[in-house]
Amino acid sequence: MATENRVATPSAIEELAVESSARPSFLGRFWAEARRYPLFPIVLLLVVLVIPAIFSDIIAPHSATTGSLSARLQPPFWMEGGDTNHLLGTDRVGRDILSRIMHGARVSVTIAAVAIFIAGVLGTSLGIIAGYWGGWVDALVMRLVDISLSIPIILLALVIVAATQPSILNVIVVLVLLMWSRYARLVRGETLAVRVQDFISRAQVAGSSHRRIMFRHVFPNVFNSVIVLATLNVGFVIVLEATLSFLAVGIPPPQPAWGLMVADGRVLIASAQGWWVSLFPGLAIMLVVLCMNLLGDWLRDRLDPKQRQV
Amino acid sequence: MQRYILMRVAQSVLTLLILTVIVFSLARIAGDPLDVLLPLEATVQDAERLRAEWGLDRPLYVQYFTFLGNALTGDFGESLRVRGRTAMSLVLERLPNTAALAGVAVVVATAIAVPIGVLSAVKKDTPFDYVGKAIALFGQSLPAFWLGLMLMWVFAAQLGWFPVSGKEQGVLSYILPAIAIGWFQVAALMRLVRSSMLDVLDSEYVKLARIKGVVEWKVIWKHCLRNAAIAPFTYFALIIGSLMVGSVSIEFVFAWPGVGRLAVDAANTKDFPVVQAVVITFCMVYIVANLLVDIAYAYVDPRIRFD
Repeated sequence: MATENRVATPSAIEELAVESSARPSFLGRFWAEARRYPLFPIVLLLVVLVIPAIFSDIIAPHSATTGSLSARLQPPFWMEGGDTNHLLGTDRVGRDILSRIMHGARVSVTIAAVAIFIAGVLGTSLGIIAGYWGGWVDALVMRLVDISLSIPIILLALVIVAATQPSILNVIVVLVLLMWSRYARLVRGETLAVRVQDFISRAQVAGSSHRRIMFRHVFPNVFNSVIVLATLNVGFVIVLEATLSFLAVGIPPPQPAWGLMVADGRVLIASAQGWWVSLFPGLAIMLVVLCMNLLGDWLRDRLDPKQRQV
Repeated sequence: MQRYILMRVAQSVLTLLILTVIVFSLARIAGDPLDVLLPLEATVQDAERLRAEWGLDRPLYVQYFTFLGNALTGDFGESLRVRGRTAMSLVLERLPNTAALAGVAVVVATAIAVPIGVLSAVKKDTPFDYVGKAIALFGQSLPAFWLGLMLMWVFAAQLGWFPVSGKEQGVLSYILPAIAIGWFQVAALMRLVRSSMLDVLDSEYVKLARIKGVVEWKVIWKHCLRNAAIAPFTYFALIIGSLMVGSVSIEFVFAWPGVGRLAVDAANTKDFPVVQAVVITFCMVYIVANLLVDIAYAYVDPRIRFD
């Protein structure tokens, strides 16, 4: 396929040549550099997700959990009855929607990062071990993977919540249980391919321990795929966490989680009283997921062309 | 072939067993099940009597096998919230509503996804293809529950074309929830149809059909699509899983009287027998569907069963 080796297309080489010989202006060089990266998703992610997540305490104009009852259900500033004090309006107890979205970004980022990290480490380790050792270890891990993939996870979340209470820990447990198998399956497949290559048998001949081979020789070779999968997973995890919170089996209120905020406005939508309570947090979810998917696709093309779909 | 079927059946049974262990032990991890199951005003004597009656004083493995035996006969005990009803009867009562909604969602998704998928494969790298790609991207980025709410806002609350919730208004009631559930499938199915169409369009027999002078629409919709449909066919097994996830949140949004909403309500009111009944029933449907599709697929494609 022509698109797959675009790194070395004549035009790209030409571009490089032009760049080095003609010495374009600073702005030109900046633009040429910038075009190689998916600017749009990165900038949008920074604005919607990363900056609010880190600096929500400083930049959020109002508190996330306490509102003023005199300012209940104010519409966004451009509508009649709204003012610029609450740019995106307020919810039923007078909390500022914009501030809650900013604080909610931190909740989403933290949960996604923690859950993906644990699932990634667990799945990658098991995948390498299964692929490297083969035999009954492999069979056992792969059966567990099959089982994990065939349990509808949202139902598991319902059981966990029915048995305990909604909590952040529960959400993370559910997400890890859901995701580890994807990493394990991917990494195991890649390990099988790496294991038969010459440098592995040479490492064995040179007397490397199994653990050293797995860490120093197999792991770096599967790392790119894991990073790509993790990036592509972020959006998925954020949607899932929001769904759980929306169903009141995820993050417990009054935490400013995006899914909870959408749920807050559910009754208002049905009775046509205030659409903004549900609309804006949902938009935040959508934008973040969209950008993460774009970024993931870009990363996959860069790091791991094998995974690319047609 | 027999060996393959046997293996897959054994694996499915094992999965179900492990699931029952998970559900059973979750109920126990949460602490004394009596804490969950007993009403607040119960006395210590009540607790002791029930403990003996339900066999909670016996060893755990005995309890598990009792639970398993009851589960096999569909007996999960009485609902804690709806007095005098067994958990299973509540589930069975609502299952047809969920199945109907899921069915409509699949039809809607297929009706949208297949034509777009075929078109964007045939007209690869044209505006058709880009529109298709945009739909796929957005489809996977929109949270279903939020899409449902927004559809409700625009088409039910503002325009009044459809009912806001429930299923009293017949066909009209199905449309919004079905779109909300099916939307995610559209994206995935469309990509699948597109990529397998691209493979097929490249093949020798399509060239032959064209050389023979078969009309182009016949080549595409008959020769190609039939062969390209094999991969999306297995996808329908996977769809069942996400349809169930979809049904849980969308039924909640639209107050649809189905199993998904029952499960959410039960989880939030600690109606543990009902949650167990829903989860085991749903998982059984899911696992059996997967099994059937795998077997059917192995039947169609001999390479799989000799793997």
